[in-house]
Amino acid sequence: MLQDKDRIFTDIYGEKGPGLAEARARGDYDGLKDLILTGREAIVDAVKKSGLRGRGGAGFPTGLKWSFMPKETDGGPVYLVVNADESEPGTCKDREIMRHEPHKLVEGCILAAVGMGCTAGYIYIRGEFVREGERLQRAIDEAYEAGLLGRDIAGSGFDFELYLHRGAGAYICGEETGLLESLEGKKGQPRLKPPFPAMVGLYGRPSTVNNVETIAQVPAILRRGADWFAGLGRENNTGTKLFCISGHVNHPCTVEEEMSIPLRELVDKHCGGVRGGWDNLKAVIPGGSSVPLIPKSVCDEIRLDFDDLKNAQTGLGTAGVIVMDRSTDVVKAICRLSKFYMHESCGQCTPCREGTGWLWRVMTRLVEGRARPEEIDMLFDVSREIEGHTICALGDAAAWPVQGLIRHFRQEIEDRIKRQQAAPAMAAAS
Amino acid sequence: MSLSPDVESFAFTPENEERARAHIAKYPEGRQASAVLPLLHLAQAQHGGWLPQAAIEYVAAFLEMPKIRVEEVASFYDMFNTGPTARCQVRICTTTPCWLCGSDDIVAAVEAALGCKVGENTADGRFYLREFECLGACANAPMMWIDDDYYEDLTPERATAVIEALKRGERPAPGPQSGRQGAIPFGGKTTLLEV
Repeated sequence: MLQDKDRIFTDIYGEKGPGLAEARARGDYDGLKDLILTGREAIVDAVKKSGLRGRGGAGFPTGLKWSFMPKETDGGPVYLVVNADESEPGTCKDREIMRHEPHKLVEGCILAAVGMGCTAGYIYIRGEFVREGERLQRAIDEAYEAGLLGRDIAGSGFDFELYLHRGAGAYICGEETGLLESLEGKKGQPRLKPPFPAMVGLYGRPSTVNNVETIAQVPAILRRGADWFAGLGRENNTGTKLFCISGHVNHPCTVEEEMSIPLRELVDKHCGGVRGGWDNLKAVIPGGSSVPLIPKSVCDEIRLDFDDLKNAQTGLGTAGVIVMDRSTDVVKAICRLSKFYMHESCGQCTPCREGTGWLWRVMTRLVEGRARPEEIDMLFDVSREIEGHTICALGDAAAWPVQGLIRHFRQEIEDRIKRQQAAPAMAAAS
Repeated sequence: MSLSPDVESFAFTPENEERARAHIAKYPEGRQASAVLPLLHLAQAQHGGWLPQAAIEYVAAFLEMPKIRVEEVASFYDMFNTGPTARCQVRICTTTPCWLCGSDDIVAAVEAALGCKVGENTADGRFYLREFECLGACANAPMMWIDDDYYEDLTPERATAVIEALKRGERPAPGPQSGRQGAIPFGGKTTLLEV
């Protein structure tokens, strides 16, 4: 179990306060000037060496992503965009950072900006997070007043402007290019890549989009050293991670733990165990709604990190761990996710726009068993036709939960169909 | 209090106009369209919960955008209501993490307390009730979002109590209705005991 001395977010529950004074007491902004003056290359190298991978879902190596930004520009603006559109069902970690430790994010933005030569940053927060946005705006204002944003930050000679931008309720704006479209004042419909944002991003300028947690972890990495971060977790899966555990556990919570912690240890140590005990577990969605569920047999041994979960045909995603006990109607649980993706499809690509609705309609029938057995295979095939055939990953995200359900709970679906088929016959016989 | 009526014309109050200009100032020159979401938020709040056509046209003119661009933005994003809805907006999260924790029962309790169904305004025009997709407070499920505040760790009884208080004109304290702080494990902290 991670020791308190190795935790980055030391006030994640908001017990001490989100203000600048409290943040400084926790060590935020300590030696900021010196960190800035280490310079662009040193910062990118340290982030690379730390092994930090994006915390927003895809797990792309952060330092590598940063190194894609052009080293020389025409002198025009270069943007850092922070994805604070936390909307993945099961995920509630960035919210805790923004409302309880907003200065970690602000400081991270400054250092990321140095690392990529950014002149300005926009934090795109989901519109529903009104109070979280107020906290974050206050932190930005405080930082400006203290000379930690704007011109000549902390006397380092580095200039950087940071703004908060509020969304208005659209899951698709969590997709990085959908977010950029939205930030430009349009519908949040994702862009075709390439060109990638590092070349053509916000307003056509070089831009990098990073998740809140990713950015907020950077100051600690630079301050404590890449080796410290890389020494936590496993190779290729380093550092600490905020896990949000919801559903059928005794004590749902958000907690910072070491990457690669076994799922069972996480649930038993921090969440008071599965409701009714570990043997009452049915399935877990380990990384937010977009990743396939895993049944108890897999949960017994699995570690929560990028590689172990990938080997189990699922993913770490956002580390939103959704726990379902044996009382759960697992078909209905996934059906509700199908409804979510149908609702959130932006409508741009036909396979997703039409496919998500089709998935939901078939899933609705499967919940009641009103289907033919061969429709299970058809459902799987159609989900494969959506996956990989759309501009963004929302199509994949809609397909995977359904695929996971069929992979692991096919018997349950078949039993339901059999019961339903038997029902009229029984009614007629009686 | 009845629903805000449709109107022939719309203009920001002086305070909102000032706020609007502050939003526009965040973006580079010529990129004022970036402020369309913040300005629609302002307009909707000013008009009491929904966006009449006149407000959409006003925002378009304010930002020098084609009307159709603002129209499609207003209809794309879930937080904007383009038809008459009541001032007090009650949204219950019903996505899987909340559903696993009993959001069906929360919906039933709130429907009973308000006397209207999901998707409807109450007869007195004070409340608008709807379902909402995941609101990102899953460790505090089930929950509902009323105007600007989250009410979390709900039970049907707690949800009813919140609604009844609102009906009396009170503003119940937001946050977890269980009394726990933030997303601390229900049984008490397991980390950050030494710092």
